[in-house]
Amino acid sequence: MCDTCGCSSDGGAVLRKPGESDYHVHVSEGAHGHPHTHSGEELHAVDHHHEMHHDHGDGSHHHDGAVRKVVLEQDVLQKNNLLAERNRGYFEAKNIFVLNFLSSPGSGKTSLLEKIIPLMQQRFPVAVIEGDQQTTNDADRIHALGVEVIQINTGSGCHLDALMVNRAIRELDLQDNSLLCIENVGNLVCPALFDLGEALKVVIISVTEGDDKPLKYPTIFHEADICILNKIDLLPYVEFDAAKCRENALRVNHHLEWFEVSVKSGEGLAEWQEWLEKRLVRH
Amino acid sequence: MHEMSIALSIIEAVEEKAREEGAGKISGVDLVIGKLAGIEPESLKFCFSAAAKGTLAEDAVFMVEEPEGTGECGDCGMRFPVTFYYAECPGCRSLRVKIVSGEEFLIQSITIEE
Ligand SMILES: Nc1nc2c(ncn2[C@@H]2O[C@H](COP(=O)(O)OP(=O)(O)OP(=O)(O)O)[C@@H](O)[C@H]2O)c(=O)[nH]1
Ligand SMILES: [Mg+2]
Ligand SMILES: [Zn+2]
Repeated sequence: MCDTCGCSSDGGAVLRKPGESDYHVHVSEGAHGHPHTHSGEELHAVDHHHEMHHDHGDGSHHHDGAVRKVVLEQDVLQKNNLLAERNRGYFEAKNIFVLNFLSSPGSGKTSLLEKIIPLMQQRFPVAVIEGDQQTTNDADRIHALGVEVIQINTGSGCHLDALMVNRAIRELDLQDNSLLCIENVGNLVCPALFDLGEALKVVIISVTEGDDKPLKYPTIFHEADICILNKIDLLPYVEFDAAKCRENALRVNHHLEWFEVSVKSGEGLAEWQEWLEKRLVRH
Repeated sequence: MHEMSIALSIIEAVEEKAREEGAGKISGVDLVIGKLAGIEPESLKFCFSAAAKGTLAEDAVFMVEEPEGTGECGDCGMRFPVTFYYAECPGCRSLRVKIVSGEEFLIQSITIEE
């Protein structure tokens, strides 16, 4: 149930904006949508497909009960992938460079954005999409930087999908030749499967998580383009072999770009920033 | 839990197809989920009963075929079975291994009743 308007959009994602407590937009999944009666409908990008016909039980078409097999050979993620390609086309047309940040909860995604955005902003307009199950805490932190930001609350959902991003970008004032950072829901498993239309996937791990993470959660490391090892300021206090972790990550994905940083002390951030700016210019 | 949202999208896709075909009921759904697809077939099956409730697929039997992973060495060209991405070529020890099968995730077919 939506806690803002009281409608029963169980589990559906909601878009929110920092400092605008009345603002919220439901992202409905189409065929699983439900009748939705709101005032202020202009704020609700609800997609209802009313072409569903629940006409079983009327007894009017009981034919001979013939059974047959229909071949589909359809990719299960096709719908998401098609929508992601539409997002990608939009980003390309506006020359927006999009990064999808993935990590387990607390690895430092928001902290990294808080640190890197003020530096990037001097050269490129930046916008952010924040994904969390609940709260606008992360969007509030980004908003404090004076950056265009929207929060997607996924509710029970454990990852962002292309539809949520598609709705979110309609609500953002995205500029041409800009950088868009998408912070996915903290989760090292599910977000790996859902293309959002980004240019690159950035996976972040921190030194408190164990250097065998890439072997335990290979899918996300396999899908990522960049891996950032964060919190290296804590290396003296934890049992974590950074070289071993890198080796494990590269075993899963030999194309992975590897960075080691401490968002807290600033160590390693200049290299990552330099790399990012080069990519942005080339983009 | 991405299995639930995936179960919902599968139900949506098979219902759409079944309607197109004028079916009144879906009695079976055949899926292909490669061993490297990042999907747990058991948890997915678990989600179907909830996801299919009140749909044409409510009583459908979900069958999953799970093709094994196959890697191809980028150095010597050898093909061999792999259980995960961090495969090493058994021929030349190279780590430049490309996954050539096992990542499938398809709705293969549905069985419908008119
Ligand atoms: N020591 C240390 N702490 C850090 C570093 N980077 C982030 N943290 C701390 O880690 C905690 C989590 O950081 P966040 O940036 O909120 O992590 P997140 O990945 O955005 O978390 P979720 O959005 O909840 O998934 C905070 O207490 C940060 O201060 C670092 O480089 N060193
Ligand atoms: Mg965060
Ligand atoms: Zn080889």
